Amino acid sequence: MFSYEFLQSYWWLLNSVLGALLVFLLFVQGGQSLILSAPSQDGRDVIVNAVGRKWEFTFTMLVVFGGAFFASFPLFYSTSFGGAYWLWMLILAGFVLQAVSYEFRRRRGNVYGTKAYDVILTLHGIVAPILLGVAVAGFFFGADFVVKRVSLVGEGSPVISTWADTHGIEAIFSIKNLLLGFTVLFLARVQAILFLKKTTQVSDEFAAWCQRQLIINAAIFVVFFLAFVGALVTADGLRTTGFNEFVVEPYRYLHNLIEMWWVALVLLLGVVLVLYGIIRSVLAKTYTCGIWFTGIGTLLVVMALFWLAGYNDTPYYPSLLDASSSLTIRNSSSSEFTLQVMSIVSLIIPFVAAYMIYAWYSLTRQPVTPEEVNGKDHNY
Amino acid sequence: MDDIVSLVDWSRAQFALTAIYHWLFVPLTLGLSVIVAVMETMYVRTGDVKWLGLTKFWMRLFGINFAMGVATGIILEFEFGTNWSNYSWFVGDIFGAPLAIEGLLAFFMESTFIAVMFFGWKKVSKRFHLTATWLTAIGSSLSAWWILVANAWMQYPVGMEFDPAQMRNVMADFWAVAFSPVAVNKFFHAVMCGWTVSGVFVIGVSCWMLMKKRNIEASLSSIKLAGWVGLIGIVGTMATGDGSAKEVARVQPMKLAAMEGVYHGNEGQEITTFGVLTPGKTYADDKDEFIFHIAIPKGLSFLATGDFDAFVPGVNDLVDGYAVNEAGDTIFSGVSYAERIARGKEAHASLRAFDAAMKAGDTAAMQQSKAELMKNYEFFGYGYFDSVDEAIPNVPITFYMFHLMVILGGYLLAMLAASLFLAYKKQSWLLGNKLVHLVGMVSIPLVWLCSEAGWAVAECGRQPWLIEGLMPAKAAISAIPATSVIITFVLFAVLFTALLAAELSIMMRQISKHSKEDILSPEV
Repeated sequence: MFSYEFLQSYWWLLNSVLGALLVFLLFVQGGQSLILSAPSQDGRDVIVNAVGRKWEFTFTMLVVFGGAFFASFPLFYSTSFGGAYWLWMLILAGFVLQAVSYEFRRRRGNVYGTKAYDVILTLHGIVAPILLGVAVAGFFFGADFVVKRVSLVGEGSPVISTWADTHGIEAIFSIKNLLLGFTVLFLARVQAILFLKKTTQVSDEFAAWCQRQLIINAAIFVVFFLAFVGALVTADGLRTTGFNEFVVEPYRYLHNLIEMWWVALVLLLGVVLVLYGIIRSVLAKTYTCGIWFTGIGTLLVVMALFWLAGYNDTPYYPSLLDASSSLTIRNSSSSEFTLQVMSIVSLIIPFVAAYMIYAWYSLTRQPVTPEEVNGKDHNY
Repeated sequence: MDDIVSLVDWSRAQFALTAIYHWLFVPLTLGLSVIVAVMETMYVRTGDVKWLGLTKFWMRLFGINFAMGVATGIILEFEFGTNWSNYSWFVGDIFGAPLAIEGLLAFFMESTFIAVMFFGWKKVSKRFHLTATWLTAIGSSLSAWWILVANAWMQYPVGMEFDPAQMRNVMADFWAVAFSPVAVNKFFHAVMCGWTVSGVFVIGVSCWMLMKKRNIEASLSSIKLAGWVGLIGIVGTMATGDGSAKEVARVQPMKLAAMEGVYHGNEGQEITTFGVLTPGKTYADDKDEFIFHIAIPKGLSFLATGDFDAFVPGVNDLVDGYAVNEAGDTIFSGVSYAERIARGKEAHASLRAFDAAMKAGDTAAMQQSKAELMKNYEFFGYGYFDSVDEAIPNVPITFYMFHLMVILGGYLLAMLAASLFLAYKKQSWLLGNKLVHLVGMVSIPLVWLCSEAGWAVAECGRQPWLIEGLMPAKAAISAIPATSVIITFVLFAVLFTALLAAELSIMMRQISKHSKEDILSPEV
């Protein structure tokens, strides 16, 4: 019914939506990163309970994002996860600890004490957005890998994707990658503060603290975001000229923005919405709807960045060691049949989104208060 | 070469470690979610707050366990990429789909409604809350369905074809993958196992409360409900286990031979009920298979095929060229394991020739190479072996784990039936006999041992294959140093153990604390 090329583009679009939702949901991690700096114990418990009730969404979105990539672009899954071993292992170990820390932190007999779990949540809240940002930055700034399919039946190791000896450590210490990593971290913190403004009711002191944190984190976010955009539009990139053939092109992503004007428009709209949400919330202390604007803006910006990375004959995972090994949505995708099957399955997404929104709305109609989180019902 | 062997072993060890830990928590999630949902249904239908109290008591324990299940599960999915990257490419086109569908259909359902289940008591209506509880239970089972579809495909790869240009397998028939008979059996076997584990867990905890003379009525009600869930679970597990064994006999005869320690098969093959294998025995020597064993004549032939006189091949028969066809009949194919290895290597050479021809743009040579490749593709995976020994699973582990599972399964059937009998007919024994309480409590670790042993049989018996007959573990790895995997193995071993210690401690404190309250009079 649809061409193979259409299905490949469709699945890149779906992955961009999942990636965008994941970045938005990192407000949970952003909130965690603020736990230890909260002005009171009540504030700390309210933060944990407000963002903690959403931790499963972020966690699940990461799993689904990974699963969708596996199903649609298995060569990326094989190359990146098997190569950047340390980067992914650090990300995963953090999520393991996060998953139990919420449930265990205030339970009697938790062995290590509430403080230990709060420190874990805080560290994960800082590290996870940075590392996920670093991983995604590889879509633009490349990674140190070589793909050689015939190795499968070669004389030596049968592994088709090989990576530099540092196995992901080098990606973590790349300045360009870190620019996106810190941008994601401070965006997550900004979103978390706006989420807390919307969904909690603690004290005047807590509200004032939120306001201060918003201003500080928003300012740092803007600096990192501008630095990342500067690095992106001035970066060299690859243009696809054949199935596994590429040429280097200066200002590749700037050219992409010009050639795909609609992507530039979505990116600009997203940036405007994020800034509007922040500025309005900074100017009006009692304004609580900033999260709507920054949230939608974040979705648009992240989707536009994915499109910039993968569309218009651009390899979304450039190889720094061997350009011909670079991954495109054409040379790394699943077969046409699998993409067709998965596309039919994807029709269920609106239904899933509908029940998620309904359940989310049902649970956040009333603000989270210190009285509630210190009550007898199930709390973190 | 030593590096590759070490890397393969450590990668397997890491996956086994995470899988073993993950399976500590999953069965309790599968079964306890159903028990809790039934209790809440009773509350909504009758309005009796006793059921609300029971729901909340067991839901607390469910929540603590659920978090650990989720935490250990994420590693498993991503390990296919981090540690088995070649596998991810070679069959990702088929294997990725069930994982993605699992996330979309099941994980979102679980994660959305579990939040309502725990935090929605005073925020949503009774009926919406009950729906959320059931949807959490359904989501858990749906998740099990898709992950077992993926696992079953590794045991019995169907619905795909090889694409030499891409050097990978591609999906050709989604329904064959999603509803493979092996998957259907595995799903019900795993879910029923979850019900058994949860039934025994609830009974064991209730026995502890009875021993302490706390919440007598709540304990009795819990034992009655959990007894039925557990009994249905163990009967279902046994029935599907029998189905699984028949499937194994048909599609993984080497695994069946290892499960029973059979090296030389016979018509009317006996089944060993208990035995000790001869240490160091291999297919190539003439040592007896057992130091001693107790067997039922013709039992294995009947269990495997439904025919008392059918031939069941042993390890040596299979190595020498016997095989089992689609109908389940043993035939002499004439292709020994040594021949399979040689033809597998020919398939590799043909694929290399195909690649060279493709790069040279020589269409005729491509077609010729492809034709030669497909003649031997059936044995492609064997081409990675250098000797026949490599193609044989670890017989002692598979044998002992299988027999441990069967013996414990028999015990659990008796224990669950006895629990129900006592709960309905001999309550005085159940209330006052400390030995009965002790048996209930000791059964908790035993049921876990039984279910872990089952997975050990399934996975160790499949070795050396990651995908049966198609890709051995040694060809499925990532190109990473073995030392990296050793470090992450130790990291996860310490992490999971530390978290398990915390979970057990919290569980025991929660049980102790809330058992002192009147469970049947909760705050509404």
